[in-house]
Amino acid sequence: METLEEICFRIKTALPAARVEIIPNASPCGQRSLLLGREQGLAVATFLRDDPQLRLDYCSNVTGVDWLEPSLPQGFVQSPSSAGLKKEAGEGLGESGTGCLEAVYHLFSMAHKNGPVVLRLRTENRLAAVRLPSLTPVWRSCEFQEREIFDLFGIVFDGHPDLRRLLMWEGFQGFPMRRDYLVADDFECEPTPHGDVPKRMSPRQGCAEVIQKTATADPRV
Amino acid sequence: MSAILETPVRAFESVSGAGAGEMLELAIGPHHPSTHGVFRMDVVLDGERVRRLKPVFGYLHRNHEKIAEGQSYLSSMPYTDRLDYFCSLTNNWAYALTVEKLAGLQVPERAEYIRVITAELTRVQNHLCLIGFLLQDMGASGTPLMYAFREREKILDLFESLTGARMMCNYMRFGGCRVDLPTGWMEEAQQVVQGLARFLDEFEALLTGNEILMARTQHIGVLSSAAAVNAGVTGPMLRASGVNYDVRKVDRYGVYDRFDFRIPLGDHGDTYDRYLIRVLEMRESLKILRVALRDLPEGPVMDPKARLRGFRPKAGEAYGRIEAPKGELGFHLISDGSPNPFRYRVRPPSLMNLTVLEEMCMGRMLADVVVILGSVDIVLGEVDR
Amino acid sequence: MEVTDQELKIDLQKQGVLMTSLNELYNWGRKNSVWPLQFGLACCAIEMIAASMARYDLARFGAEVFRPSPRQADLMIVAGTVTKKMAPQVVRLYNQMAEPKYVIAMGACAISGGPFKQGYNVLKGIDRYLPVDVHIPGCPPRPEALLHAFMTLQNKIASQPLTGPARPRHLRAGAPSEFSVPQCGPHGLVPPSNPAVWRPPTAAQAG
Repeated sequence: METLEEICFRIKTALPAARVEIIPNASPCGQRSLLLGREQGLAVATFLRDDPQLRLDYCSNVTGVDWLEPSLPQGFVQSPSSAGLKKEAGEGLGESGTGCLEAVYHLFSMAHKNGPVVLRLRTENRLAAVRLPSLTPVWRSCEFQEREIFDLFGIVFDGHPDLRRLLMWEGFQGFPMRRDYLVADDFECEPTPHGDVPKRMSPRQGCAEVIQKTATADPRV
Repeated sequence: MSAILETPVRAFESVSGAGAGEMLELAIGPHHPSTHGVFRMDVVLDGERVRRLKPVFGYLHRNHEKIAEGQSYLSSMPYTDRLDYFCSLTNNWAYALTVEKLAGLQVPERAEYIRVITAELTRVQNHLCLIGFLLQDMGASGTPLMYAFREREKILDLFESLTGARMMCNYMRFGGCRVDLPTGWMEEAQQVVQGLARFLDEFEALLTGNEILMARTQHIGVLSSAAAVNAGVTGPMLRASGVNYDVRKVDRYGVYDRFDFRIPLGDHGDTYDRYLIRVLEMRESLKILRVALRDLPEGPVMDPKARLRGFRPKAGEAYGRIEAPKGELGFHLISDGSPNPFRYRVRPPSLMNLTVLEEMCMGRMLADVVVILGSVDIVLGEVDR
Repeated sequence: MEVTDQELKIDLQKQGVLMTSLNELYNWGRKNSVWPLQFGLACCAIEMIAASMARYDLARFGAEVFRPSPRQADLMIVAGTVTKKMAPQVVRLYNQMAEPKYVIAMGACAISGGPFKQGYNVLKGIDRYLPVDVHIPGCPPRPEALLHAFMTLQNKIASQPLTGPARPRHLRAGAPSEFSVPQCGPHGLVPPSNPAVWRPPTAAQAG
């Protein structure tokens, strides 16, 4: 298996317009990934599949990620240059534009029996510009997984043949896997006789207040 | 936000073509005895022939991933049992393997052997039940399923004495296994494995050459190898289409490189091949089990450096996968250094294997759809999570 | 007429004279032919199947005839997690069953949502929409627990009078046999529970 640097170099040779960047990974497993530009994502994916040395013919997994915070966790995912890349794209980190949504593709080669090569595609922001190119035309295994990500994260995949909600019903509003999703208020707090015990036992007033508040969260009680 | 929601819902377009008569739209499921749970297929029929088939998911979507992101790494272990509820031990292994990759933990040799033993027993009982259900779908109500469950109970007894639970074992930990084998377990397991080999002969004598089984399955639901690879089909279904890909051989995780076993491959990619592949895989599993039970080394079952409480892997990500009985079961974990996973994703083999369902059923009779679906081997807990 | 003198009855039985009442005979027949709906939702369904297989042999209780059609079933075993997407279908299936009909909530999920209670798509207990007769705790309950639930249900059926104010629902003309089917709304089920069946519990005041 070629190293990620070699793959990156060859992509840039074959597709000079493509933006590719290596994202480090501090975990001991060392699975680094390639961050692709949105415009050339489909072309790069086709290249990776059809290139005779790589033959990444099997897309195993597609993960949706919601990066709520503009600054990503330390030592991982956001290298300094990727921040620069974002600025070039002209993204204002305003109140609506912080963070991004991401689709992560894990590719393997069944022909050469190696892998994984990890691809990442990021949306411009989380609210308005949430479009990514669909890789379903390249790997059909993305079909249901991209639908699932559309359903749960709200990323719109351009070029997907059948983009509907997969798991939730049609007419459901919101994207429940996003980190700022608020669960609908149907969780009746079911108080038990033990709910009173900490209130009576605990000398700390604050704790009791919290318990009291949760115990009467449902207006019908 | 509303702009996103207005993405058009694609309904059934009118199916036209020469000789197309009255089309009938039929929703099979979510309550249907042959959909193996709460799975639904929206089918367009031309007489008895299937012209279009769209699977509908989500009737068992229990928010496994969302719940897992709100709790510590270890707390998700019992939830993985409930993904593919036939194979809790392989689910445990896949998750433990990924966390071990993420945090760089080592697993003692004895624990690796126990993992292989439990995983192969799981594979045997999963395939047995699958064949029982497949035959049930074909109309052989009772006998094969009864036999399969009788043998499954013997394996579940082993699981129960080892882990305390029949189905939801919650047995593996990051860096090993929860408890060591109880006394006498090895002998019992060896007896069960011996009995299983005999039982498989009996089971095959009943089924493999059966004329009705052949008529209902041969050349039905054919899946080409190119389509299977492109659609991400894994496991016995992929190998029935003739693609030699088994994660046990490719990744050589655990101690699988120490066992000598073969990967059965199919020629036709039809339903009969998918049945036969599973019978052969069970025989290979028994081969692994005999060696593993003979060679089980002494030693600890937990890495002494592994921490159960206060477990915080460094920021980073890992994708780990194993060959579960249904295909490649993967976990993708992203850590931000906190006790909870930042992102927890399950790659369910059953869902990917359903991608090609429409293709396999196209033009077949409605009664074949049930058999083809049975041969895919889905468990809805994993499809919908 | 109710046979009140149990001792006399037992004595007569020893002499080979079987004495019974219409009520007992009716319930004896009903309790030994409870046909469950073949209806599995999740993990518990596997234990339900295991209970009907050779080792646990549900047939001993006259309940091995799993009917795929709700029209032919007397008992709904809610075996597994009921999601919000599935709940309308579950209620509709119950409505399609013919009276007298019973419900067993099998497992923690069917009782309260169980381990998945925090989920955004999980119904927090089927008793919000359906009247449940027997609850079985466990995740999943063992087949023995399901057998015990069957025996509990049989006892319940045997003790139901045919007349009087305590007679069961199917013998009261005005009692409902169908329950309103919830709708999938933009955020969850509408209504979140059926007030005719279930009310949010309130805490018992300790000392």
